[in-house]
Amino acid sequence: MKYQDEYRNKELCQYLIQKIRALTKTDIRLMEVCGTHTVSIFRSGLKAMLPQNVHLISGPGCPVCVTPTSAIDHVIALSRMNNTMIATFGDMINVPGSSSSLKNEKAQGADVRVIYSPFQALELAQDFPEKRVILLGIGFETTIPLIASVVLESKKKSIKNFYLYSLGKLMPPVIRELIQDRDTEIDGFLCPGHVSVIIGTEPYQFIPQEYSIPCVIAGFEPVDILYAIYCVIQQKIEHRPRVENKYERVVRKEGNPIALHKMDEVFSAIDVEWRGIGRVNKSGLDLKAEYSELNAKNFQVKIEKTKENPDCRCGEVLKGKISPLECPLFKSVCTPENPIGACMVSSEGTCATYYKYQ
Amino acid sequence: MCLAIPGKIIKKIDTEQVEVLLGGIKKKVRIDLLPQVSVGDYVLVHAGYAITKIKEKEAEEVIRAWEEIQS
Repeated sequence: MKYQDEYRNKELCQYLIQKIRALTKTDIRLMEVCGTHTVSIFRSGLKAMLPQNVHLISGPGCPVCVTPTSAIDHVIALSRMNNTMIATFGDMINVPGSSSSLKNEKAQGADVRVIYSPFQALELAQDFPEKRVILLGIGFETTIPLIASVVLESKKKSIKNFYLYSLGKLMPPVIRELIQDRDTEIDGFLCPGHVSVIIGTEPYQFIPQEYSIPCVIAGFEPVDILYAIYCVIQQKIEHRPRVENKYERVVRKEGNPIALHKMDEVFSAIDVEWRGIGRVNKSGLDLKAEYSELNAKNFQVKIEKTKENPDCRCGEVLKGKISPLECPLFKSVCTPENPIGACMVSSEGTCATYYKYQ
Repeated sequence: MCLAIPGKIIKKIDTEQVEVLLGGIKKKVRIDLLPQVSVGDYVLVHAGYAITKIKEKEAEEVIRAWEEIQS
C-alpha cells in the first residue's frame, strides 16, 4: 500500500538499528505511549532487534485497558435495561466487569452490537426506532472527534433514540501524571502519531519545557518508529529536549482544527478515573449540558459494587512499572480466552501483545 | 484503537462521503472532519472517517532522503 510499504523497508530498518547502536551504550528508557505503537513494535520484531540498552516501556495508550471496572459495571447495568441496544467497538465486549461482561450479557439476551465506525450507531438508531441505542464512546483524541460528529449529526437529524456513554480520555494530562509519578523513570517519549494528527504538536510542549524530557511524534511503521527512537536518544545525548515531529506526512503543528472544534462543541473536560493510574485532573470528556438529554449516564440503573481481582497487576503494567512477564497471573490464569485484566483483552493491550508475540 | 490507514480517494459520493481505495478495497468514508478533499487525494482513514490529508511532497522527500543515505 502506498505510504505504508515504503516505511517497512528491511534494509532501512537494519541501517537505523546500527545508527541507534552507535549512539550510546548507556541504558535508556523510552515510553511508547500509544497501544498501536506497542503492537507495531512487537509485530515487526523491533523489540528483539534493538540494542539491549534501549528499553521500550509500554504506556497507558490503550483506551479499553484504562477503562475502570466501575465504568464496565455501569455499561453492563445499562445493557440490562429493556428495549436497549449497546453499540460498541469489539474489544469492549470481552472486558471483565466485577461479575459479568458485555459478551456474557449478550449471551443472556442483551442486545450488544459490535461496530467498526461510530457512525454505525446512528444508523442502528434509525433502523431500530423502538430501541434506545447507546454508543460506547471510547477512545483518545484520535477517535473523540468522530464521536463528536456523530452527536452533532444526531442533533441535526433529530434522532431521538440515540444516546452516548462517553469514555473519552485525553493523552497530555495522563502523560503529565506519569512524569509526576516518580516510580516511572522515563528518558524520552514516543508521542502518539494519530492523536497528534488531531491535536497537533503544541500540547506536548510541557514535556521538554517543564520536565526536560525529550519527545518525538512517531508514525507507526517500523522505519517511522526506529527513526523516532534514534531522534529521541539523540535529543537526550545532546541535552536538547524538545518536541520533534517525525510523522510530518500527516501531523501538522495545528492538528486538525475542524476536528478540535467539533470536540470542543460537544464535550467538556472532567476529572476521570484511569485503571491503575487513578483519578487524573481534566483527563476525560463528558457531554456538555446542552447535550445532556442524550447522555446515557443519566439513566437510573442499579450498578453492582465494584470488585477487582487483587492479584491483577494491570495498573503497574499500564504505568510501565512492570512488564506483563512479572505478573503472576500472566499466561497462567490470565489468557486472551479468559482474561482477568483489561490489558489481556484488547488487541492493543500490553499483556495481550506480549502473549501473542513474546 | 488509534489505528489509521492511508488510502486514495477515488470518488466523491456526496458532501458527507467519499469512496476510498484502501489496500485494494473500496470503502465508503465520511468526510465530516475533512470536508476539503478531491478525487486523487491520499487521506488517513480512522474508523470510517478521513482524519487528515497525507502531505505527498513531505512523504516523497523523506523517502528520497532515505534512499540517498543508503546508497
